[in-house]
Amino acid sequence: MSLDITKERGTPLERQKFTWKEIAGEPYSKLDDDAFTRVRQILMHGVEQEACRLKHFAARFCPDLRLPLARVRRVEHLQATMVNWLMPGDQSPLETTIGFEQVAIEVTAHVASVEPDPYMAQVYRFGLLEDFDHLYRYAALMDRLCGKDANNILQSYTDVMPGRPTSVEHRAPEDDLRRHYEKTQAAPLTKIHAALITGSEWQTRDYYLTIGPTFADPVARQLYAEIAAIEEQHVTQYEALSDPSETWLEKWLLQEATEVYAYWSCYSQEQNPRIKQIWERFLSYELGHLRLVRELMEEVEKRDPAELLPAEFPDPLSFRSHREFVRQTLTEEVLLRARGFDIVPPDLESPASLAYREQLNASGSPSELVAAGYRWKPGTELTDRRVREAEFVSLVQEEAAQ
Amino acid sequence: MSKNDRPTDIGINRTGIALSPLDGPRMTEGATATAPSSAGSARDAAVLRFRYAVEAGEIGHMPPPLSLRGVAGAAASLLKGQKGNVLLDKLGERLAFERTGVRLYDGLILKLEASGSWSGGPTLEDLVAFRADEARHFEWMVEAMTALGADATAMTPSADLTAVESVGVLQVISDPRTGLAQALHAQQLAELADVAGWDLLAMLAESLGHGELAAQCRLALAQENLHAASVARWLKAHAETAAHGELARAS
Repeated sequence: MSLDITKERGTPLERQKFTWKEIAGEPYSKLDDDAFTRVRQILMHGVEQEACRLKHFAARFCPDLRLPLARVRRVEHLQATMVNWLMPGDQSPLETTIGFEQVAIEVTAHVASVEPDPYMAQVYRFGLLEDFDHLYRYAALMDRLCGKDANNILQSYTDVMPGRPTSVEHRAPEDDLRRHYEKTQAAPLTKIHAALITGSEWQTRDYYLTIGPTFADPVARQLYAEIAAIEEQHVTQYEALSDPSETWLEKWLLQEATEVYAYWSCYSQEQNPRIKQIWERFLSYELGHLRLVRELMEEVEKRDPAELLPAEFPDPLSFRSHREFVRQTLTEEVLLRARGFDIVPPDLESPASLAYREQLNASGSPSELVAAGYRWKPGTELTDRRVREAEFVSLVQEEAAQ
Repeated sequence: MSKNDRPTDIGINRTGIALSPLDGPRMTEGATATAPSSAGSARDAAVLRFRYAVEAGEIGHMPPPLSLRGVAGAAASLLKGQKGNVLLDKLGERLAFERTGVRLYDGLILKLEASGSWSGGPTLEDLVAFRADEARHFEWMVEAMTALGADATAMTPSADLTAVESVGVLQVISDPRTGLAQALHAQQLAELADVAGWDLLAMLAESLGHGELAAQCRLALAQENLHAASVARWLKAHAETAAHGELARAS
């Protein structure tokens, strides 16, 4: 299965219309739909958010592009809304968080496994092991705060176990920058991967910053604050992968190509027929956007956009469990750290990162605390009699004794 | 009968691990074989929560009486001191709860009109009458607070918390995918809390010497007891009918 983006013309912009009824349409079922329907919904909201963000920044620097940017961005905004509104009201923010981490793990694992540039692939594997750990910490929070099983959301596709401990993921800013691809040499897929994962991580950062303070529990508030800080580092890492010498139009073109690729991937694997129709419709919208930007590039930069785009996409993003890939990466690379642009053995970690981390964790680590001694079990850790029937010891008496 | 009232029909619920005969055991085996990154238990987080609980401030406080704020024409401050504030806080709680109660019944009425009822279930008249009770109770609380020199538009600390407690009830009732029986199950939580709330308020008003207010609270309590009993009866009828396979098929 392949998609020839030079032949597909998509829906013209003037025919891309919405009503509030369809924007706030029926959500997916948290209970009945496949976990990868939620994964696709979360991913595509992240992609659309990135599309809007990029266009806003472009508008600040490119006065001549403001009108076409505003026109396309208006549609992207409504697409983002419609995709995000597929989330059901019975899905709690913490359940959605579990979904966000499943996206980060499974989508990044796919990208890492097919990325043609070995350095980029290593960076994705590095980030993957950090998001993998976040899932474990949030699952522990869900179990111990709410008495709920994260696997009701994960549907057994994704492991819940420690990755690179979140407490050691805190690094000095200079150790989160990475080498960028060279725009004239990198494969189109490498560029698309960078745009895709940057958008996804940025959405995660924003989501945690938004919902973190809606929790009353101080442990949850600390944990969201801590993991949001890592997502900020991830945005720093992934956005550094794109070549800064790309023009705004080049970046816009790549973003539209990324959206086409992502919607095409969603469409090709969606099981829910109603949601599949949305992916198909938005794939057609994105093909329309891509065509518009190609024409702009020819007109403004007098360049052939075909130089920058793949004639056809290789294989779609693979929305499936990457358990074996993740486990193998975990075994081989969990101890690695980052220094400058490089992924290094733990003994080469920079003094700056060590000092930064020591200061942040000085009053304790929320991610260690929430998962102290935690092993995920089907049905929560309360299915373990030793946990369920642990002897009660008064904290007041214990503190007095100390 | 709408499809919404037949949620126990077999569908494709994917949340349980048994639906993943290959992935489920692998996941369990992996989690069991991997050591946590630090020793301890849920108690470690409890220690932090304990420290926060010891150090934390309050959610908020009672507003000062209108007379202290120089509001012209405000009723004389009939309630002074801590006792008065406790009563006003609880009056504010009932006021807010009943006001939200009106909106919850709006949602239940809509649900009934959309999906119908069942044998032994509520009629439209039942729900409309209960809504009117909630509205009247709200009005009584506004009058009571105003008569006591309080600002009936203020959100007292108990009013705030009771609204937080009710968030899930509203979420279930306002979801178009839930049926009347599911929504009534949520409402049962509200009705039981309401009974307890009026019981406490009647006792408090009595003990502070507000005999007339206490009598009004007991009247509200009697009506809320009827609501709670009715909701329980409707839900039992629904569960029995469903268990015997006698709910009408979705059209």
